[in-house]
Amino acid sequence: MDIIRSNPERFFLLVLSIFILIILAIIPSYIADYYVSLLVSIFKFTVLTVSWATFCGPTGYISLASAAFLGTGMYVTALIGEKVPLPLVVLFGGLASFLLALLVGLASLRIRGIFFAIFTLGLSEGLRHFMNWWEISREGRMGRWVISADYLTIFYTMLMILVMTLLTSYLIRRSKFGVALQSIGEEEEAARHIGINVNAVKVITFAVTSFWIGATGGIIVTQWLYVDTSTAFDVSYSFTPTLMALFGGIGQIYGWVLGSVVFTIITELLLTEFPYYYMLIFGSVIISVFLFFPSGLVGVVIKWRKGKLVE
Amino acid sequence: MIVLDVIIGGLLTGGIYALLAAGFSLQYGVSRVLNVSHGEFIMLGALAAYSLYVPFGINPLVSLVILGPIFFIIGSLTNRILFERLRRIAGSIEVFEGQSILVSFGLLFIIQNLALLAWGADERGYKFLVIPINLLGSIFAANRLVALSLAVVIGLSFFFFLVRTRLGKAVRAAAQEETGAQLIGVNIQWMHGLCFGFGASLAGFAGVLISTMFTVSPFMGLPYTIIAIIVVVLGGLGNIIGSLVGGLILGLIGSIVLHIEPGLELAVLYILFMLILLIRPKGIFGK
Repeated sequence: MDIIRSNPERFFLLVLSIFILIILAIIPSYIADYYVSLLVSIFKFTVLTVSWATFCGPTGYISLASAAFLGTGMYVTALIGEKVPLPLVVLFGGLASFLLALLVGLASLRIRGIFFAIFTLGLSEGLRHFMNWWEISREGRMGRWVISADYLTIFYTMLMILVMTLLTSYLIRRSKFGVALQSIGEEEEAARHIGINVNAVKVITFAVTSFWIGATGGIIVTQWLYVDTSTAFDVSYSFTPTLMALFGGIGQIYGWVLGSVVFTIITELLLTEFPYYYMLIFGSVIISVFLFFPSGLVGVVIKWRKGKLVE
Repeated sequence: MIVLDVIIGGLLTGGIYALLAAGFSLQYGVSRVLNVSHGEFIMLGALAAYSLYVPFGINPLVSLVILGPIFFIIGSLTNRILFERLRRIAGSIEVFEGQSILVSFGLLFIIQNLALLAWGADERGYKFLVIPINLLGSIFAANRLVALSLAVVIGLSFFFFLVRTRLGKAVRAAAQEETGAQLIGVNIQWMHGLCFGFGASLAGFAGVLISTMFTVSPFMGLPYTIIAIIVVVLGGLGNIIGSLVGGLILGLIGSIVLHIEPGLELAVLYILFMLILLIRPKGIFGK
C-alpha cells in the first residue's frame, strides 16, 4: 500500500519543492526589504531546526548546543571576515562548528538522556563565559565589528545553506545511515549487536548537521555590523530549534520546516505587535504545545485528515 | 590573611549556592522536573523581599516567614497544573524529563515577563545591615554573614527534616525508587506536589537572602538556575544532600578562581562541570 502510494507522492513533493525553490529564488526583487529579512530569519531557524532534528529526532538525544555552534560561526566571521573572501569565511564558520561538534559528539558516546541535555547547555553557556572573559581581559574589548554583506548576498547564501541542509537531512534519513540512527534511538545496545558502528554514526551525524549551523552563523552575523558574546551565544538559540521541531511535529522533515516557518512568523508578529507581552505569549504557546498538541502541527493535520476519512 | 579571605568568601557564596541547589535537586530528584525556571522563583523571592522592605519596611527576615508558605503554594500549584498533566501525556519518564525542561523554559518566559510588567526592568537594591564586621582579621558586611547563617540554618533544618522525620524518609524513598516507594505506601502524586512546593520555597528563601546582598532585577534568574544545575550535577542528580555539600565546594572554587583571575570564575565552573559530567556522570558522590 505504502509503496504504491509513495511514488506519485514523492514525485509530487519533488515538483513542489522545486517550485517553491524557484519562487524563493526570484522573490526578493518583488517584495519589500522587510519581507526579505523575514525570509532570511525563517531560513535561519529552519536550518537550525532541521539540523537539530536530523540528529536529535531519531536518536532521542536533546542537544542544547545549537547556540554554541551558531556563535562559533559568528565569531569566525568576526575574526577572519576582513582577510578572507566571504564564501570562504562561511565555509570556515561551518568547519569550526564541525570540529566543535566532533568534540561534543565524543561526549555523547558516554552520556545519555538528561545528562546530554545539560552537558550541551553547559557547553553553550561555558563557551559564552569563556569568550567573554577572553575578549574583556585579554583583548580589552566588549565586542567586535563585523564586515557587512548586502542583503541579497545574505539572502542567497542563506537560501543555499537551507537547500544544502535539507538535502543533507534527506540523504541521511533515506540512507542506511538514517536507519542506523533510528535503531540507535530505539535500542542502542541492540543496534551495536547487529553490527552498527554506533559511535561513528552518532558523532558523524552530529558533526555534519552542525556544519550548517556554523555556516549560518557565519553569514547571518554580517547583518549586524557588531557582535558581542551575549548576542552570538544567546542561549535562546539553543532552545528554539528544539521547540520548533516539536511544534511542527517530530519525525518528518516537512514537519520541522512547517514548525520553523510558523513559529518564526508567530514570533515576528508577536515582537512587532505586542513587544511588552511577547515573552508571556511565547511562553504560553510553548506550554500549550506540550500540554495540548504533543504531536505538533503535523499531528493536528494527520488527526484532521483522519477525521475527514472517517466521515 | 588572603587564604582566610578566600575561604570565608567562598563559604558565603557557597551557602547560598547550596540552598538554591537543594531546591532544584529536590524538584528533579522527586518530581523529575529539571526546572529551568528555578531561577525565576529566586528572582520572584528577591523582588518580593524588595517590595516588602522598601515601601512597608518589613524586615527580610520576616519576609522569609511570609514568603515561604506562599512560594510553597505557588510551587505545588505549578506542579499540579502543568507537570502532573504533562506526566500523564508523556507516558515514559525519559520523554517526560525531556519535555519538562522545555515546558519549564516556557514557564521561565512567562514568569520573567510578568515580573517585568510588575516591577520594570531596573536594577534595584536596598541597604540592609551594611555594617562592617571583622572576622579573624578580614572585613565582611554584616548582611552577608546573616545571609550565610540563615542559609546554614535553613539548610540544616532541611537536612534534619530529610534524615530524621518520617515524611523526610518518604521524600528520600521517592527520590531513590519511585515504584518501590509506592509499594511501601508512599502517595507518589502527593509527594511530587510536596517536593515541587518545597523546591519553590527554598528558591524563594534563596531569593530573599540574595536580595539582602546584591541588586535584583527580573533578569537575574537564569544565571542562578545554571549555577543550580552545575551544583546538582556536582553533587549527583537527585542526591539532595550531595547538592548541599556541592554548593559549598562550588562556592569555594569560585572564590579561589575569582582571586586568581577575576572574570574567569563562571567559565571555570562550566569547564569543571563538563569534565565531571564526562568522568563521573553520577556526580562526585555518586556510586
